[in-house]
Amino acid sequence: MKKTYKIEVDCANCANKMEEAAKATAGVKDATVNFMTLKMIVEFEDGADAKGVMQDVLKNCKKVEDECEIYL
Amino acid sequence: MVLLHFLSLEGWVRFAAYMVPYLIIGYDILKKAGKGILNRQVFDENFLMALATVGAIVVAVTGEGDYTEAVAVMLFYQIGELFQSYAVGKSRRNISELMDIRPDYANVETENGIEQVDPDEVEVGTVIVVKPGEKIPIDGEVVEGRASLDTAALTGESVPRTANVGDSVISGCICLDSILKIRTTKEFGESTVSKVLDMVENASSRKSKSENFISRFAHWYTPAVCIGALLLAVGGPLVRMVAGYDPMWMDFIYRALTFLVISCPCALVISIPLSFFAGIGGASREGVLVKGSNYLEALASAKIVVFDKTGTMTKGVFEVSGVHHSTVEEEQLLKYAAYAEHASSHPIAKSLIAAYGKPIELSLVSDVHEISGNGVTAKVDGHEILCGNEKLMRSQGVLYRECSHVGTVVHMAIDGVYAGHILISDIIKPTAAQAIKELKNSGVKKTVMLTGDLEKVGQSVAKELGVDEVYCGLLPGDKVTKVEELLGSKDEKDKLCFVGDGINDAPVIGRADIGIAMGSLGSDAAIEAADVVLMDDDPLKVAKAIRIARKCIRIVYENIYFAIGIKLACLALGALGIANMWLAIFADVGVMVIAVVNAIRALFVKKV
Repeated sequence: MKKTYKIEVDCANCANKMEEAAKATAGVKDATVNFMTLKMIVEFEDGADAKGVMQDVLKNCKKVEDECEIYL
Repeated sequence: MVLLHFLSLEGWVRFAAYMVPYLIIGYDILKKAGKGILNRQVFDENFLMALATVGAIVVAVTGEGDYTEAVAVMLFYQIGELFQSYAVGKSRRNISELMDIRPDYANVETENGIEQVDPDEVEVGTVIVVKPGEKIPIDGEVVEGRASLDTAALTGESVPRTANVGDSVISGCICLDSILKIRTTKEFGESTVSKVLDMVENASSRKSKSENFISRFAHWYTPAVCIGALLLAVGGPLVRMVAGYDPMWMDFIYRALTFLVISCPCALVISIPLSFFAGIGGASREGVLVKGSNYLEALASAKIVVFDKTGTMTKGVFEVSGVHHSTVEEEQLLKYAAYAEHASSHPIAKSLIAAYGKPIELSLVSDVHEISGNGVTAKVDGHEILCGNEKLMRSQGVLYRECSHVGTVVHMAIDGVYAGHILISDIIKPTAAQAIKELKNSGVKKTVMLTGDLEKVGQSVAKELGVDEVYCGLLPGDKVTKVEELLGSKDEKDKLCFVGDGINDAPVIGRADIGIAMGSLGSDAAIEAADVVLMDDDPLKVAKAIRIARKCIRIVYENIYFAIGIKLACLALGALGIANMWLAIFADVGVMVIAVVNAIRALFVKKV
């Protein structure tokens, strides 16, 4: 299952860091952050609860880049 | 700060006076750096910036007390950040606006006149009204009116198209001169405009190799520079001590701090996605839709271009392409042919009638006999007309002349005497030969044409176009095999692209490195299967697409080499103590500004 989320982030490298953090989150199969369109596309693992996983993704992203936002 | 420079404050007063601007400017950086430490993000750029400036202050406190440097570095860093977010936001908006073909409303006819509604709410089969100057919001069929349509936003083609009753029209076109009533055939979400927007917006999410390279580079660059800084700060003085010189601790710590200023990879990282975004946006304005940054990158190294013949290099419709050995006026011969064939629905008959192009006066025709597989005999304007193939001529005992050209030949006899023949063939697109030439000029090594047609037809078209290789008599499955053969025989680095009309060559389009579908406005299957979609059916656009891709990739490489080069140069100069912090921060911000401006160039592809 793939879902697209709108995000807010200031610099391109921070977007890359968010992508890495999202990829490393449990339940996420793959993630892409598009800095130009400010979108995060998350592919969840089968059977993963998207809402719960996204909370973790947000938490992990906040860790690497404090001033980022994911509109869930 | 300038003022402070001239005030001769001493000691702690001086320190406090400089700390005011420093904290005002750098307050948020210091705060973020603090949070970064709590989250154990040591290589966070805010942290590094804070460390560099605080370090500079410490060096100043112990040294001659020039605090200007720390304040200035912080100031320029902030200005750089500000410019970056301004430039990126601005170009993001500009490019999105450029691609904005989204209609805001649809005019629906109701009992109380015309009502404006959200295009999303219009059901299939509703009649909508499009006034002059408005965009067609949803795909449909014209039920009333006749107008010229400006398709430039979709195809990049500036010559307007005419839409008549019964024609299908696609959303995104602008109605130029009169009112059209359109019965919608699709929902808004399924309409061309939505699909195109969706595709272009998502294209930059498919990342290219260069983007991945830069991400990986950025990932290792910052830690590497920091370790370098540490080695320099400790190693430099130790080496000097061992060699018996003055260790110059402060000097080397200062040099190490210069390293930290250059350690932010943002200039590198920002320009690459921006270039691709601009390139994809620019291409879409020219009617070239690229589905991903990775495809744009692959397209730039396209060295083998394989074409389908029918519908791609030729128009895919039969037309009269010549009248030979006519004993009467060509026009007269066409007239006889059209009159004799007027009742037939065969494509050949239709093309004859189309070529004649005038109304048929039925009173002039009588005694029409269709001889299946041979042709037609008829009495037209008092003459006995024979119109058909060689078999018909032979059976009627008429001496005919063979045609030396390729195509379907219609022989004509008037009152039992041979009167010449009409050649009907699939017409090569007027720009096809030039397209092949331009491909060669833009660095394509080999052009190949695949066709299901007969050897004779294929060879003659290939010769006329100047393609390098041609394979004829192929079934759709054979085309896949042929493309696989070509894929196997080429160099790993060279990319193969296949160009088709997307109707029956979807498997081949899928198999090639880059599948290009052309003239596929409104054809869903083609948009699904292809990596690059050409909105109109002009083969010249293939070369244009390749040139656009080359330009974009050239800019990407310029930025990569330029940014990495300047960074390495600054590191080297910093290590030797030639470059100070001022130069480092200027170089860093400057590189970013130039890289961003350069990236925007990828948007301008009109004249490429």
